Amino acid sequence: MTEPGHEAYVSYLKHEGKHKGILGWLLTTDHKRIGLLYFYAIIVFFFIAAILGMLMRIELIAPGQTIMGPQTYNGLFTIHGIIMIFVIVIPALPAVFGNFFLPILIGAKDVAFPRLNLFSFYLYIIGAVLGVLSQFMGSGPPDTGWTFYVPYSAQSSTNVIYALVAAFILGFSSILTGLNFIVTIHRMRAPGMGWFRMPLFPWSIYATAWIQVLATPIVGITLLMVIAERLLHIGFFDPALGGDPVLFQHLFWIYSHPAVYIMILPAMGIVTEIFPTFSQKPVFGYGAIAMSSIAIAFIGSFVWGHHMFTSGTSYASRWIFSFLTFIVAVPSAIKVFNWISTMYGGSVDLKPPLLYAISFIFLFMIGGFTGLTLGSLATNIQVHATSFVVAHFHYIIFGGMGFATFAGIHYWFPKMFGRMYNLKIANIAWGLNFFGFNILYFPQFIIGIQGMPRRYFDYLPQFQTAEVISTIGGFILFAGLILMLYNFIRAARKGEIAPANPWKGVTLEWQIPSPPPHENFDTIPEITTQPYLFGTSNKE
Amino acid sequence: MTEHHTDTGQFDQETGKLGMWIFLLTELFLFGGLFLVYAVFRAKYSLDFHNAAQELNTFIGTLNTVFLLTSSMTVAMALTAIQKNSPRLALFLVFITILFAALFMVNKYFEWTHKFSLHIYPGSPVLKNLQKGELLFFGLYYMMTGLHALHVFIGMILLSINLVKIRKNVVNSGHYLLLENSALYWHLVDLIWIFLFPLLYLIT
Repeated sequence: MTEPGHEAYVSYLKHEGKHKGILGWLLTTDHKRIGLLYFYAIIVFFFIAAILGMLMRIELIAPGQTIMGPQTYNGLFTIHGIIMIFVIVIPALPAVFGNFFLPILIGAKDVAFPRLNLFSFYLYIIGAVLGVLSQFMGSGPPDTGWTFYVPYSAQSSTNVIYALVAAFILGFSSILTGLNFIVTIHRMRAPGMGWFRMPLFPWSIYATAWIQVLATPIVGITLLMVIAERLLHIGFFDPALGGDPVLFQHLFWIYSHPAVYIMILPAMGIVTEIFPTFSQKPVFGYGAIAMSSIAIAFIGSFVWGHHMFTSGTSYASRWIFSFLTFIVAVPSAIKVFNWISTMYGGSVDLKPPLLYAISFIFLFMIGGFTGLTLGSLATNIQVHATSFVVAHFHYIIFGGMGFATFAGIHYWFPKMFGRMYNLKIANIAWGLNFFGFNILYFPQFIIGIQGMPRRYFDYLPQFQTAEVISTIGGFILFAGLILMLYNFIRAARKGEIAPANPWKGVTLEWQIPSPPPHENFDTIPEITTQPYLFGTSNKE
Repeated sequence: MTEHHTDTGQFDQETGKLGMWIFLLTELFLFGGLFLVYAVFRAKYSLDFHNAAQELNTFIGTLNTVFLLTSSMTVAMALTAIQKNSPRLALFLVFITILFAALFMVNKYFEWTHKFSLHIYPGSPVLKNLQKGELLFFGLYYMMTGLHALHVFIGMILLSINLVKIRKNVVNSGHYLLLENSALYWHLVDLIWIFLFPLLYLIT
């Protein structure tokens, strides 16, 4: 694996530190290895949760009980939600790509606190395993939905406690990761890399990290209060103990709405790296993209009330939250315009990473616009708690964050593993994923408007056509995911050796060998220009 | 949390301190959630809160405030001592700090057991017959002081680690990040108490 010109080059995959073999991975403090540990764990949990999702789709193929009863279905959508949200979508991008590429992109040898980083990983594993176990232990799978709404979550006789503790531990892990990244970005940028010479993925990770640090403690204490309510009968939210259930909804969404931006901001950061590379053109509107990340993080912290339009909150609070919700669309749209302008007039190369990035824009826009339908007061009443909501957030979370993740994997895979995947299979898998996704979720918008409620295992006969189409889409999507996974596993084992810079990228990760050496850089680079210059002579 | 040294050579005192400050910020938000719940219920049931707060023993509360404030001073003095290269004095001052923390906990123990003997504890039959707001007040009282006591306990462990490290000369006039961060944490524990004390004991 030795590359010419690097006499002592050993990739991080082969590097031998204090510990050898498997311990060299399990006790590693190398940010790249920790990123990969997260990566493998998240793939496993993702397929667990995806299979749970498929089981729900199969149940919904016909009205009435098909393969499971209502209680099993309640357990399935709860644990599907908990795993997908807390174990995969919230941590995935910061923990995998943030860990792996943030230090490289800012020219650092590692994150600020490498051991704390490893500690976060183990907290993550404990929380994730506990979340999965809650499905199988004791008094039956939790059936509250991932939102744990009180009073039901204070009264349900199922394993709610395990799920709450799991979410609490995962939150703690998320806080420590965010803390680590903030300090890393503040203190460890390469000499000459001022804030506005930093690539845009680190910018989005920076905005994300602040939300992780500021919002997660709120859900942490809220979950603790529900735990105290269940275990010690201390009243906070349960009316039977004197508490106020709407207060729970406030506290829960004060975190959980910004959490949506924890999910989507790094996704935006990834596609922002991809568009310039595959257009061979400087990113359009660098400052606007960087600042809109911060704006989204900031405004996104003040919109939580739009989850509660039907909870009996006051009219004034409803229209204010509705207004603020519409405001968030502005920085999001700024980003979309900038991405499209980046491609305009560039030499666009439609490789798999760009295919996924463009699909991201398409799906994210559908998700975003339907978000406005939900954000306006009048239409919200019609579609609240219907499958319209399900379709909306799957378009944002899976179509947005999920497809951006796939884009990121396809983009950085040759750097992470030093090998190239099969482009043709990747394109076919993209087709299955993209069309399968739309076939799966678009019908849900239509029947949602017609009144199909979410979280029901049964439905009226008139919805069957749409539900069957959805289920077919689900199978296509699942096939695409399997094909994509196969492609990556094959490539990681015996794919062609990838060059250091297969996409002609200009950011720092492409200037070092693939896979990167143990401490990334032989000598820390001096930064003298903006990122994304592509041989043009733009001045600062 | 942040005493980790790395072999990358890019680590310094400032980095470790920045990490600690951000961690303290998350702690503030953690308690902030409870203060928010307190504020909402106090506004809703102000009379009940007023009545229930009179149950609390202001003397013990004040005594504990004095203990914590003094201990904050001694831990700050310990930091100065280590910076001025007098480890023996620093050892003594850290020990005094732990002693004050222990006194605080002992006081807290008597306070709680006294409440228990009056059947004022979550889920007790006496509490169930009280007004809604009083019920919520005692729930918050136990949750807030309980979580705070947990922090005092963690602080005591941190400071004890410092005792060992100062003895072994790992924490010394050149490397005192661990002590500095522990002291910052201890000030936070103190700070939260300074808010808890008036909100629970004094405003009646």
